Amino acid sequence: MENLISLKEIVKVYEMGEESLYALHGVSLDIKKNEYVGIMGPSGSGKSTLMNIIGCLDTPTSGEYFLNNKNVSEMFDDELAEIRNKEIGFVFQTFNLLPRSDALHNVELPLIYSGLTKRERIRKAEEALTNVGLADRMKHKPNELSGGQRQRVALARALVNDPSIILADEPTGNLDTKTGEEIMALFEELSNKGNTIIVVTHEEDIAKHTKRIVKMRDGLVCEDRIK
Amino acid sequence: MNFLLELKENIIISYKAIIANKMRSVLATLGIVIGITAVTLMQTAIEGINRAFESSIASIGTDVLYIQKFEWFGREDFEVYRNRKDITLQHFNFLKRFAQTSASMCPTQGTLKTLQFQNLTLEDVFIIGTTDEYQTTFGTNIDDGRFFTTRESEGGYPVCVIGMDVKNAFFENVNPIGKYIKVGTHTFKVIGVVEKQGSLLGLFSLDNRIIIPIQRFVKLFGTRRSISINVKAADINNIEETKEEITSIMRKARKLKPGMRNDFGINQQEAFQQTYDQLTFLIKAIGLIITSLSLIVGSVGIANIMFVSVKERTKEIGIRKAIGARRKTILFQFLIESSLICLLGGLIGLAIAFPISLVIDALVLPTVMPLWIVILGIFISVMFGLLAGFFPAYSGAKMDPVESLRYE
Repeated sequence: MENLISLKEIVKVYEMGEESLYALHGVSLDIKKNEYVGIMGPSGSGKSTLMNIIGCLDTPTSGEYFLNNKNVSEMFDDELAEIRNKEIGFVFQTFNLLPRSDALHNVELPLIYSGLTKRERIRKAEEALTNVGLADRMKHKPNELSGGQRQRVALARALVNDPSIILADEPTGNLDTKTGEEIMALFEELSNKGNTIIVVTHEEDIAKHTKRIVKMRDGLVCEDRIK
Repeated sequence: MNFLLELKENIIISYKAIIANKMRSVLATLGIVIGITAVTLMQTAIEGINRAFESSIASIGTDVLYIQKFEWFGREDFEVYRNRKDITLQHFNFLKRFAQTSASMCPTQGTLKTLQFQNLTLEDVFIIGTTDEYQTTFGTNIDDGRFFTTRESEGGYPVCVIGMDVKNAFFENVNPIGKYIKVGTHTFKVIGVVEKQGSLLGLFSLDNRIIIPIQRFVKLFGTRRSISINVKAADINNIEETKEEITSIMRKARKLKPGMRNDFGINQQEAFQQTYDQLTFLIKAIGLIITSLSLIVGSVGIANIMFVSVKERTKEIGIRKAIGARRKTILFQFLIESSLICLLGGLIGLAIAFPISLVIDALVLPTVMPLWIVILGIFISVMFGLLAGFFPAYSGAKMDPVESLRYE
């Protein structure tokens, strides 16, 4: 099967005054469609930097990144914004919902940026919220929801535009174990439906849900294991 | 289509942001409020002055030259004018005999007297002594009755034409024609009523007066006063020619040798117009300085508050970028917020200025706030909002998504 993500010798250097800090030392990684990948590693291993590059939030210093056969590493800001909008669904540790907007509007937001009509946006957003079990919480603001519910809203937002990849950064980091398990069950369900999912985590318990584990250390992939 | 969608979304976001920071937003607009209040009130005042001036200047006449001892808005010391020889009826007769470029001319002399009719009195009425040509010189319209004739004028008949204020005071429900009124101790027969004239710059009434033959005036109230000779030019386009002719005849009449300066003034409406233009220019200049200062200070305030707003919402910018907001989307979001804040300021300014304009209208001088200044005020405030918001908005738009997501 063709690669959905293809990273070739990705290097990321942060210039800190006189010093150069190598966050990634030349990472090559291929991920196919419908894979469920866990990226693991201690803090400072470069896993967050890698996730930012895969998520098109950041661009590599050198190396090439192909997403759906498009060379993302050569794109500019606004093109990357469009890729993030259409191809990538983010789920963050801290949920990152807009506090002043209700659940429905939070989920609707990516569709506004892709220019859908109001009716279509509402239909899709309602459907996405229903799919994560929040049909009765659509008009609630984030501070009126529990942590688990907030993460479900974030998940609905990530899914609403039918992205190629779902990119989750420590999705259970701010949740208790039980709620965390519920969220992971949702991911599993999504994977079974054919979604491509990448979860960045440092918890073995979370990683064990995934079907492939990529371990990182000092800016390099040190282990790549398919279960 | 995308643009409209984002515009709508941005207006909603901005509205929410402003509502969430009501006090801050309103305080930030103070400069804009003052600026818009100043500019609209200034224009309202000028509008009022214009109206008053236009109706007043009509009473002076554009084609009439006033030969007088004094010069309107003259630059010399008062003493210089006061020490000049009086202008007398002899000068008028001389002019009348030789002037060829005038359509008509009349002398006028005035004084204040108390009028009496039966048991009614009216104090401080302006008594004008003139000839029958007064009517053609000033184009005076008669509301009722007639003006006095050449015969009545030259014979110094005890007849008078009264102003509207006098009519209203004495002859509320009575036909004034043929009635006798007393000017001081002297009796005059009312033969006509002058059409309503209004007031000069809204200050004093032009209707609180009566007109009598100058021969009578001289006999009763004395000649120890300089007169004004009023000349209507034959052709308004050649008024300068008339002015030159009058000057040379007057110089002869005053026996001035070549090289001596004129010892009389030839005044015309233009002098009023110039002074008026200077006055309104001054008001405009002061108004514009106040307005631009407060708008500049105001937009610095807005820029400041927008930098705070952008900084505060760094995280939100990160989230929006992560899910697909482009640079221009973020740029628009904050530009719209700042222009909405300024629009709010402009509307507050208008809301303050409008009742004040009504007070000015009722108490100071009749006026109305022109619609165009309201529209311009709104436009200016939005423009300043865009201007003040640009740098903050741009700084938000170019934020790095990774860093702004990390911001707490």
